[in-house]
Amino acid sequence: MAGTKRHHTLVVLVENKAGVLARVAGLFARRGFNIESLAVAPTEDPRLSRITLAVDAESAPLEQVINQLDKLINVVSIRELAPAESVERELLVVTVNATGDTRGQIMDLVRIFDGRVLNVGPDKLMVSMSGGPNRVDDFESLLRPYGIVELQRTGKVALPRLAKAGGEVGEF
Amino acid sequence: MKLNGGQALMRSLERQGVEIVFGLPGGAILPAYDPLIDSTIRHVLVRHEQGAGHMAQGYAQATGRPGVAIVTSGPGATNIVTPLCDAYMDSVPLVVITGQVPYAAIGTDAFQECDTTGITMAVTKHNFLVSDAQDLPQVIHDAFHIATSGRPGPVLVDIPKCIVDPRNPRSALEWYEPDGHDLPGYRPRTEPDAAAVAAAAELICAARRPVIYSGGGILKSRAADALLRFAELVQIPVVTTLMNRGGFPDDHPLCLGMPGMHGNYTAVTSMQRADLLITLGARFDDRVTGKVGAFAPEAKIIHMDIDPAELGKVRHADVAIAADCRLGIEALTEAVTALGGAEAQADRRQWHDTVADWQERYPLVYEAGDSGGALKPQFVLEQLRDATPDDTVVCAGVGQHQMWASQYWRFNHPYTWINSGGLGTMGYAVPAAIGAKAGRPDRMVWAVDGDGCFQMTAQELVTANTERIPIKVAILNNAYLGMVRQWQEMFYDERYSEVYLSPDLPDYKGWAEAMGCEAMRIENPEEVRPAIEKANEIDDRSVVIDFRIDTQEKVFPMVPAGASNDDIVLDPSQQPPPR
Repeated sequence: MAGTKRHHTLVVLVENKAGVLARVAGLFARRGFNIESLAVAPTEDPRLSRITLAVDAESAPLEQVINQLDKLINVVSIRELAPAESVERELLVVTVNATGDTRGQIMDLVRIFDGRVLNVGPDKLMVSMSGGPNRVDDFESLLRPYGIVELQRTGKVALPRLAKAGGEVGEF
Repeated sequence: MKLNGGQALMRSLERQGVEIVFGLPGGAILPAYDPLIDSTIRHVLVRHEQGAGHMAQGYAQATGRPGVAIVTSGPGATNIVTPLCDAYMDSVPLVVITGQVPYAAIGTDAFQECDTTGITMAVTKHNFLVSDAQDLPQVIHDAFHIATSGRPGPVLVDIPKCIVDPRNPRSALEWYEPDGHDLPGYRPRTEPDAAAVAAAAELICAARRPVIYSGGGILKSRAADALLRFAELVQIPVVTTLMNRGGFPDDHPLCLGMPGMHGNYTAVTSMQRADLLITLGARFDDRVTGKVGAFAPEAKIIHMDIDPAELGKVRHADVAIAADCRLGIEALTEAVTALGGAEAQADRRQWHDTVADWQERYPLVYEAGDSGGALKPQFVLEQLRDATPDDTVVCAGVGQHQMWASQYWRFNHPYTWINSGGLGTMGYAVPAAIGAKAGRPDRMVWAVDGDGCFQMTAQELVTANTERIPIKVAILNNAYLGMVRQWQEMFYDERYSEVYLSPDLPDYKGWAEAMGCEAMRIENPEEVRPAIEKANEIDDRSVVIDFRIDTQEKVFPMVPAGASNDDIVLDPSQQPPPR
């Protein structure tokens, strides 16, 4: 589960070109860096994509990971986001066993965690839920006893936290 | 002006100042070979694509200019993967052009198709797949920029056939001269940080037992003169790694020579006992450090490298300077001068005495052979060294002969030693020597090769003789994969497994003659010097000398793999130093 191991979150802006993800993934593989989670999508600038990477902090010194990533010609910028300075979100979609006597309990959990029911079957429910990685972990472990049929998490995305009123706006 | 992609490719290469390319045509690259006929660029037709890559490397290392190779798709591309990886490890600037199947056929398992950019991603600094002919001039412009700036390295440009084939409408483009680069993620830093330089200068002045640990970055940044001025100012001894032989003159009183697994005792031990390593363009390779945890245990580290990822990768740097070595050393010289220069240096008389004492007690030695006995490889190299001009370019393959050559030659000029350091590619010497000779026709070029290495790429002597690029080859023939044999003798209880090659099969003299070379076989010490002198007189074709050397001879000193540099094994005739 994400969030249980010590990891670093890196936000990597890359040129939106063919094969760039393969370059990043290949670099991690051949340098022995472990990726905990990875999310990629285009940004507001169509020439750039943003990769949000959670890197296993045990597998390599963060500085080495950043310096090696920076050597890739298509990597435009790299920023580490410390949990305290960032807002992280992850989406979970899960199909869980929900028979007559457990359906109500599961619905309670979905309501408490601000989740949504996506699909209903005679003895199963498909629900989605998004939140910070720890909250997603909690939701997942609370559902587990009911019997998870299938589960998919997106990997987290993150942006730097905005400054409080009167405070300085962090540079990006 | 309307051009097709093939014409634009040649024009782009000419515009980069390319005078020579090494290559071999085939189906996918074939249309690009037609405009080559009308180009000012000289093409050297190799016998195997690996040869093209190593020739381009030899050319680049001898001249400082990027080497260029052109090969076809599929096997042409896969055959040049080894030189790409070699150039990547040793930071050699190369631009390799590969043909590719037509764009529409990519992904269909077409004839001679392979995923060249995928295969070479991990062994190039960058690679490109050209998808539009209009991009070609810019891509070539970018490729040369990336290959030659920052930490140099190989760049591959994969060009689908449709883009160079004039019969295909996709090949049409409007020619332009690219101006600048749109590479938002590529900003190599070359200027040193002033605060880091100042901190380094303080450490240098105060150090009692400093050593300058100079690596291949000296040659890449053309910093040999800057290094000489700096070392003379501070009077600090210099070790020159395998990649920087010639980057500081061996005959200079401050030069300690090669450190590492087969380095001399003084170079290895001075680093072990140092209180400061001034690391300039070197990367703490395992062959230099031995067991990392036991390497230079008392030394503070100044580490200067143009690649920030090298700083702290293996050993923590007390002062890290991300910079081009020439600019960085010049800044360091200035900073030390500002602190008082030579007068501001700590008293190092004791250190200099200690180092001089090691040099006297533990020089490189070998047991001289008897007259009529087997040739000693070290003797052959001494004779070769003494019988050739001081600025001779020496190329080596990989193994015992490479280590003996590095140990026994006296390198007094930069760019006179060319070898495969990081990747350790057997067969490097012959094609690299051809590339070096093509780039420096005014120099004498000797390949020092092993018999195992020679058999891997000897066919390129046909290229050398056809193209009139005469080189000289000294095969140190011990009928073994000698370095492997040495490890089996020392670490596997003399259990020799698959290392015997035979001295006579092939018949090296006959083989060389069949390839158009003058060839000799030398078995006696008395014949060595006359044979070399005869070879030096021959200029109209390549020369191969098959030196039959002592099969038992081992390379010493040696730090066994994984051992501490303190456990250096000396020549059996030398008393081990007290610990």
